[in-house]
Amino acid sequence: MKRKNLSIKTIVAIGIGSAVFAILGRFAVIPTGVPNTNFDTSYGFLALMAIVFGPIAGGLIGLIGHALKDAIFYGTPWWSWVVVSGIVGFLIGLASKKINIEAGKFPVKNIILFNVIQIVVQAIGWFVIAPSLDIFIYVEPANKVYLQGLVAGGLNMAVVAVLGTLLLSIYAKSRSQSGSLTKDL
Amino acid sequence: MAVEMLSYIERKSPVHQLTGVTKLVCFLIWSTVAMLTYDTRVLLFLFLFSICVFIVSKVKLKEVAFVLLFILFFLMINNLAIYVFSPQEGVKIYGTSHVLVEISGRYTITIEQLFYQINVTLKYFTVIPAAILFIVTTNPSEFAASLNRIGVSYRISYAVALALRYIPDIQRDFRTIALSQQARGIDMSRKEKLPRRIKNAASIIIPLILSSLDKIEMISNAMELRGFGKNKQRTWYRARPFQKIDILTLILFTLILLVSLYVTFHDGNRFYNPFS
Repeated sequence: MKRKNLSIKTIVAIGIGSAVFAILGRFAVIPTGVPNTNFDTSYGFLALMAIVFGPIAGGLIGLIGHALKDAIFYGTPWWSWVVVSGIVGFLIGLASKKINIEAGKFPVKNIILFNVIQIVVQAIGWFVIAPSLDIFIYVEPANKVYLQGLVAGGLNMAVVAVLGTLLLSIYAKSRSQSGSLTKDL
Repeated sequence: MAVEMLSYIERKSPVHQLTGVTKLVCFLIWSTVAMLTYDTRVLLFLFLFSICVFIVSKVKLKEVAFVLLFILFFLMINNLAIYVFSPQEGVKIYGTSHVLVEISGRYTITIEQLFYQINVTLKYFTVIPAAILFIVTTNPSEFAASLNRIGVSYRISYAVALALRYIPDIQRDFRTIALSQQARGIDMSRKEKLPRRIKNAASIIIPLILSSLDKIEMISNAMELRGFGKNKQRTWYRARPFQKIDILTLILFTLILLVSLYVTFHDGNRFYNPFS
């Protein structure tokens, strides 16, 4: 089979992944008490999908999932943050080659690697790109959007660190380990 | 379903009759203009125009009121936050300061600040009716066909169609799992303390994700069996040919785009400054 195009499985993963991302982002959020900032579980799921299905799936799930969630539940897509969800999914997905989750193992070394990558990626996304786009498009006060980015980004990092790691280790356990079969002599 | 969401509303109106492609292109033009401009005159015109389109579309205000209320609430908080964080932002942008009410220190209310915040609000108001209209007047299947038509690969368009198709299913799965976990005493609502809530949320999310991964397997097998992705192109059941009204609408929107950009940028500044 040619690998040039997206495989059918990746396409379906993008579709279903976006739907799950939208639902989690709407229903499985836990308010922290600070207005407009939530403990948003959908980013843990995004990290899982990015590692399992690669950067293109991760990026598109972030992009499509976030745009659909905003559109159907809140009336209008918030483009500056939608774009950042896509970038975060894509960049975390780049680590999927290094963390071969299909091998059925998620050792401490990979857990650390995964978390370092997700923290760096999300720092770039939420602390730099999202507020800058907000300032460019909506000309909102700089200190306000940077604070929003800081709080939202910090929370998302925590979500991915806790929930993303948990999901990945559960997923790894559900795969058959490579080399788990022995020859019966 | 307990939670309301925006979805396609079947109706006979000129807006519904436009093809999905036209509506998608118009929506993209609209979003671009609304993002780029900060000119009050352009924003006001766009706002009034979108209200007119809304009336033509025969969508009732009642049908989308829940989203509107949410957005109004959000805008109110946002406006308050802008004022708290930067009460002199307007002075910075427009370069003058007309004091309206004297309050200690930097929280003095100026006309510039009020004008700036009205503009921010107006900017959202120009996009919201357009976005809502686009969602409620475009059939989801036709939307995927339109994405393909404007150049997005059909594989990705199909992924979007799948997402739209499965959002209600996954919402139902989520509720089923949440209810069965609640029956076991695992509660995700406000009554639990925060750390416990997060842990309980995980016990709802994990089954949902694992069942969704199974779904991916099943659907991709079914699509593979039907030969999806074998050819370079694909036809869409819902795609419709262009009509005269589509071409007219597209011309009108292109004109709006050009004129708005000209009015906004001909003085070299995104803002309309009534103070100078």
